[in-house]
Amino acid sequence: MTDPLLVELSRLQFALTALYHFLFVPLTLGLSIMIAMMETVYVMTKRVIWRDMTKFWGVLFGINFALGVATGITMEFQFGMNWAYYSHYVGDVFGAPLAIEGLMAFFLEATFVGLFFFGWDKLSARGHLAVTWLVAIGTNLSALWILIANGWMQNPVGSAFNTDTMRMEVTDFAAVLFNPVAQAKFVHTVSAGYVCGAAFVLGISAWYMLKGRHVELAKRSFVIASAFGVASALSVIVLGDESGYEITDNQKMKLATMEAMWETEPAPASFTLIGIPNMADRTTSYGIHIPWVMGLIGTRSLDQQIPGIFDLVEKAEERIRNGIPAYDALEKLKADRTDAEARVTFEATNADLGYALLLKQFVADPREATEQNIKDAAWSTVPTVPAMFFTFRIMVLSGFILLGVFLVSLWYTTREVAAPRWLFRLALLAMPLPWIAAEVGWFVAEFGRQPWIIEGVLPTFLATSELGVSDLVITILGFTLVYGVLAVIEVRLMLAAIAHGPTGDHPEAAGSLTLAPAQ
Amino acid sequence: MIDFLFDYTTLRLIWWVVLGVLLIGFAVTDGFDMGVGALLPFVAKTDIERRVAINTVGPVWEGNQVWFVLGGGAIFAAWPALYAVSFSGFYLAMFLVLFALILRPVAFKYRSKHDSYRWRNNWDWALFIGGAVPALIFGVAVGNTLQGVPFHLTDDLRPIYEGNLFGLLNPLAIYCGLVSMAMLVMHGAAWLAFKADGTVGERASAIGPKAALAAAGLFAFGGVLIYAGLFGGYEVTSPIVWDGPSNPLYKTVVANDTAWLRNFQAQPLLWLVPLLGIVAPLFAALGFRARMAGLTFLASQLAIVCIIATVGLAMFPIILPSSTNPGHSLAVFDASSSRLTLRNMLIATVIFLPIILAYTAWVYRVLWGKVTEDDMRGPGHAY
Repeated sequence: MTDPLLVELSRLQFALTALYHFLFVPLTLGLSIMIAMMETVYVMTKRVIWRDMTKFWGVLFGINFALGVATGITMEFQFGMNWAYYSHYVGDVFGAPLAIEGLMAFFLEATFVGLFFFGWDKLSARGHLAVTWLVAIGTNLSALWILIANGWMQNPVGSAFNTDTMRMEVTDFAAVLFNPVAQAKFVHTVSAGYVCGAAFVLGISAWYMLKGRHVELAKRSFVIASAFGVASALSVIVLGDESGYEITDNQKMKLATMEAMWETEPAPASFTLIGIPNMADRTTSYGIHIPWVMGLIGTRSLDQQIPGIFDLVEKAEERIRNGIPAYDALEKLKADRTDAEARVTFEATNADLGYALLLKQFVADPREATEQNIKDAAWSTVPTVPAMFFTFRIMVLSGFILLGVFLVSLWYTTREVAAPRWLFRLALLAMPLPWIAAEVGWFVAEFGRQPWIIEGVLPTFLATSELGVSDLVITILGFTLVYGVLAVIEVRLMLAAIAHGPTGDHPEAAGSLTLAPAQ
Repeated sequence: MIDFLFDYTTLRLIWWVVLGVLLIGFAVTDGFDMGVGALLPFVAKTDIERRVAINTVGPVWEGNQVWFVLGGGAIFAAWPALYAVSFSGFYLAMFLVLFALILRPVAFKYRSKHDSYRWRNNWDWALFIGGAVPALIFGVAVGNTLQGVPFHLTDDLRPIYEGNLFGLLNPLAIYCGLVSMAMLVMHGAAWLAFKADGTVGERASAIGPKAALAAAGLFAFGGVLIYAGLFGGYEVTSPIVWDGPSNPLYKTVVANDTAWLRNFQAQPLLWLVPLLGIVAPLFAALGFRARMAGLTFLASQLAIVCIIATVGLAMFPIILPSSTNPGHSLAVFDASSSRLTLRNMLIATVIFLPIILAYTAWVYRVLWGKVTEDDMRGPGHAY
């Protein structure tokens, strides 16, 4: 079996690089759409202030976009580098959306983003507007394909294990594309990106208002950001990811651990507002419960039950027992491809093959598993409950605070009275929230998927490359160093560009920005 | 009517060609970006000269780099075994490439945002590394592929790599790295001669012929080394089942020093490809001298196409040979995705590739014309 330390380091590196990448992605998603909207107003009204706004926010977009692209390259190659067995095992299904993302989306945004900056003098106003929208559409399509790939990891539809090639192969491509989990994730993630863009524009505009600088630009940006923010925040909350949580056993487990719901409650289940879940005792103490709410969120109904952790572990145990014959049949087929009896057994039981593989963390050959091994493997399907419980609450709380800030901002922008200074300070303070929510949101989604890399199909601990621990140490240190330096530079450039403000013509002109002295 | 396109054998052959097209597309487009990066300290001394050089690739490098990302995605989707074995096997080398390619976009975007000699000079070094290091490593990877890579597969098809980074840096592989370096420096010089006005264009035209002659000479002598059997070679000895399951364990392969010449001997017309790989750089060298920048750039492109195609043709049907367990080598007929995935991906490619080529051409047309030092003093440029 693969060195457990290697598995942990591979996971750590993926988490670090993915979370880092996702600092830039949501801002790209949101800001690209907002810039396109601003430029649309410019082209419709011919008022120069809107072009200045497009260019000014465009500069910040460009600084952010560069790092989004650079860190995205790492993601595309890391599967092969660190997750070679995963790549072999599911490349037939998982690779396609990644490749189509490149063909359909990434090429579009990357080709036109150059023209966005260089094309002001070379294109007509309408031509340039079209370029800006193509960049925005490209970034959003990009998210769609990535989430189709990610959705399949959470709910592996449209595919089956092929014993001749020892891997998962696609059987129904349309099912992969229209995976309900992927659809829910796409809407949720893209809306979260819009919230990021809105909070960013709102916060910086508020800062200008507080300082009394670039007021015309800031005022208009503030209006756009608050309106776009309300719509996006509502979309994130109402079209939350939960809609996909009733579909598979692992998704149900994710929901149960997010809620620290140990026992199945009669429908509709109550929502635990806050409490202290305890992994060792398998209880949640000091819980404050709100009746009915959980059942409504989780099932959108009053009569459907949400299973608790104990019931789900019992179900997992059953599937492990059912998976052992599948594993046995596969071993026989490896030895003799023509073994008809083994093939019949395999066809009947292979839906649970992945569950038998869970045993490999305790025993080399799942067929020799003891009762205790099976019990341990069943409990290994429960991700650490307190981690899930608290991160989920941080995400939800951030979302509601942001919605409140956007609503108050919008309320003031529709009044005759000037917005009060405390609102601008609040908007400035709220700026980090969408990033916090997005990062813990990904944590909930992916940590909650554990122990699976592909739910029900392949456990994470089997999926890595056979690398040395020292290889991983070198690359983790390397990535940390490079990414750390780049983060510092990025933030300083952003701050410099914000301090510098819009300049009217050609804000990207070389040498026009002066860096703030390092602290 | 087009059913024959969708049988497994045809699909595999098509995707072998697409794999080549993607690698070549990457080398032809992003190749000149890397070449310009590697040439930066030599063709541009002052800040304004450097900005001229950088701005010739400024608006297009981002789109060009997508070829690399798309290549990664397409290999993942169409040749998952190749993706798994090569990327994990070349782990630290891949990390170096990533490192260089992460530095590059950031360097392009950030370099001219701050007016300080040290700041800009540091980013220029990043651009140099971001160009030169991948140019070298891609060649080193090809050199290792030709010699065979030490890996085997378990009966679960889990790839186990037995070498390390220093094994990759063997003399023959470094030789291939130099071929690739010379080729991409020639290409970068051709681009600069075509796009950069004034001193930068002049210096590029002066360096270009040397790089082109080096590319032709190194590539030709590489052929001699192959002919002498120094690189070794591998041939499939069991009957090939072109539409069989993608499992590399079902065949036998043996090492054979003359194997990489077999395809050319069987189809003598194929000799035209390596021949053009030698002649085209020579034409490029003449083009630099004759100040025919457009033709030089075309000759340079043709050289890249033929040099890379030569490698693919020599190894066919093998894609990645194993030196320690030749039978586990990855081949066109046993390392691909399923028929359905290859078909779906082909449909997606047929729809989107022409669209990509159309808008890429449009963008190049909008940006048509030389980048001059005067441009750098006026508004309207980004880097």
